[in-house]
Amino acid sequence: MASLPMASLYASRRRRNIIAMALSLTATAFGLGWLVLVLGALLWQGFAGLSLSVFTEMTPPPGSAGGLLNPIFGSLILTVLAVMIGTPIGILAGTYMAEYGRHTRLTSVVRFINDILLSAPSIVVGLFIYEVMVAPMGHFSGLAGGVALAVIVIPVVVRTTEDMLNLVPNQLREAAASLGMPRAFIIARICYRAAQAGMITGVLLAIARISGETAPLLFTALNNQFWSTDLNAPMASLPVVIFQFALSPYKDWQQLAWTGALIITFTVLALSITARALTARNQS
Amino acid sequence: MEPAREPTRRQSVVDVALQTGAGTLDAQASRARALDGLRFWDKVYGWLTWGCAIGVLVILGGVIVSLFIGSMPALREFGFSFVTEQRWNPVTEKFGALAPIYGTVVTSFIAMLIAVPVGLMIAVFLTELCPKMLRRPIGIAIELLAGIPSIIYGIWGLFVFAPFLQDTLQPALITIFGNVPVLSSVFEGPPYGIGVLTAGLILAIMVLPFITSISRDVFEAVPPVLKEAAYGLGCTTWEVVRYVVLPYTRVGVIGGVMLGLGRALGETMAVTFVIGNAHRISSSLIAPGTTISATIANEFTEAVGDLYTSSLIALGLILFVITFFVLAAARYMLLRIERRIG
Repeated sequence: MASLPMASLYASRRRRNIIAMALSLTATAFGLGWLVLVLGALLWQGFAGLSLSVFTEMTPPPGSAGGLLNPIFGSLILTVLAVMIGTPIGILAGTYMAEYGRHTRLTSVVRFINDILLSAPSIVVGLFIYEVMVAPMGHFSGLAGGVALAVIVIPVVVRTTEDMLNLVPNQLREAAASLGMPRAFIIARICYRAAQAGMITGVLLAIARISGETAPLLFTALNNQFWSTDLNAPMASLPVVIFQFALSPYKDWQQLAWTGALIITFTVLALSITARALTARNQS
Repeated sequence: MEPAREPTRRQSVVDVALQTGAGTLDAQASRARALDGLRFWDKVYGWLTWGCAIGVLVILGGVIVSLFIGSMPALREFGFSFVTEQRWNPVTEKFGALAPIYGTVVTSFIAMLIAVPVGLMIAVFLTELCPKMLRRPIGIAIELLAGIPSIIYGIWGLFVFAPFLQDTLQPALITIFGNVPVLSSVFEGPPYGIGVLTAGLILAIMVLPFITSISRDVFEAVPPVLKEAAYGLGCTTWEVVRYVVLPYTRVGVIGGVMLGLGRALGETMAVTFVIGNAHRISSSLIAPGTTISATIANEFTEAVGDLYTSSLIALGLILFVITFFVLAAARYMLLRIERRIG
């Protein structure tokens, strides 16, 4: 009974190993397969409608041809607004966590809460801004949309700023301090400069994150069929227009939705690849 | 020696020190003034950063408080029955959240059922099996999957994936399980393409990258000595993963899974496109349903009347509370594994 089961035990162990490894290979192919399928469909459908008029004409009424100029412009405005509001707050908060209060209790609490905000459902952010801005003001506005996106920008920037400032060697701070520089100057002139690439990466990632966000804009910036630069009025944005057009029964609108989706995806992928390249160069 | 110039705020202390030297009384006074200014701005900057750090907490507090205030009318009207009733009738203004809560839980469950094993196996592949050269590109590709905005999955799900399921998977499921006692009711009804199952599958694709990248990170953090010892005893790769890597990283893996679950529960756009927005609880997985986030996204701008709006905000509050606890548990577990690995 001793020698025979031994051989079969080996065989079964090896067999189990092969099965498990084959499964892991299949799983990877499965995961990458989805990426190919989604991007493939997007390229196929999106390029079919890509033409110059997409960038030069306004969104059309149902059933006729047109472009995406006003939602593209609206998305740019909302993104700039969100970055202008969110980045300074995020960088300052990250600075506190890495510089002034590195080992304080407040920092660990803020880090914990920030990590939760980082993956909190974005539709809840939309409801929050609706309650504090849209309802009191009495109307939807581009400004509210920008603030809603800023709430999503802040956690991303806080996280990267803190991480990057923590990577700055302490010797740099000590050397600057020994020359008599006050703390605020050490941070602004030494630490920010050393962590620059990483902090820019954080902002790029934040832009990538918000450029496809739809849920928080649905009931803050709403949508606008026409060209509008008024921050106090509803403003069109690419994701919301895609949402509206894709669910419509009109072929022209559906085509524009695909093309808009292609534009967003390429923006996001370009931003994340740039961000990755920046960090990679910084590390090497 | 050059006479001391009036130092400006923009000059650093070093400049000031170099320029003033041990000069006259006047120079000393201006030096003192400059230092006072610097001290002042240093303080201001410190308080400013502190204020912004507090601001992060204020955002969280603001979300909870504003949602709570907004949902008060609905909660006062329906009380606890809001979460136990299935009715959702804008005409008679009777609202209950059971159907969206059920849909959220079921779609997330389907998503985790698929994404957890697949995500873990990809992480195993990336850390144990994959040639070094391919590790980074495949890892990046999986992470790009995480970066694609959810509305893209939504439009793809609606126009490509749902019709595909309608033609292939759903009829097959109906025929296979049609005569099996319990399962026949799970796959009952006409194949619409859209529905709870489709939403769950799309969510699975969306959370897969989160689970993969976190489990890969914790797998990589296992001390090589442990793995080498196991290999030295003659373990196969699978045995090393099963009996050394997984037990060592269990807390981190669970944290990653919970993080993915948090995403799945709150995901809005991808689900809104393919779930069908039907306020009823059906035993069938291929029937249309709804989730909390899809209900809010679909109905909020069209909601008339305070009670309707308030009920939708109450749904948001429920969603936020659920995801808050799931995400908090996830972070707590990931913190524990971080501390252990150091």
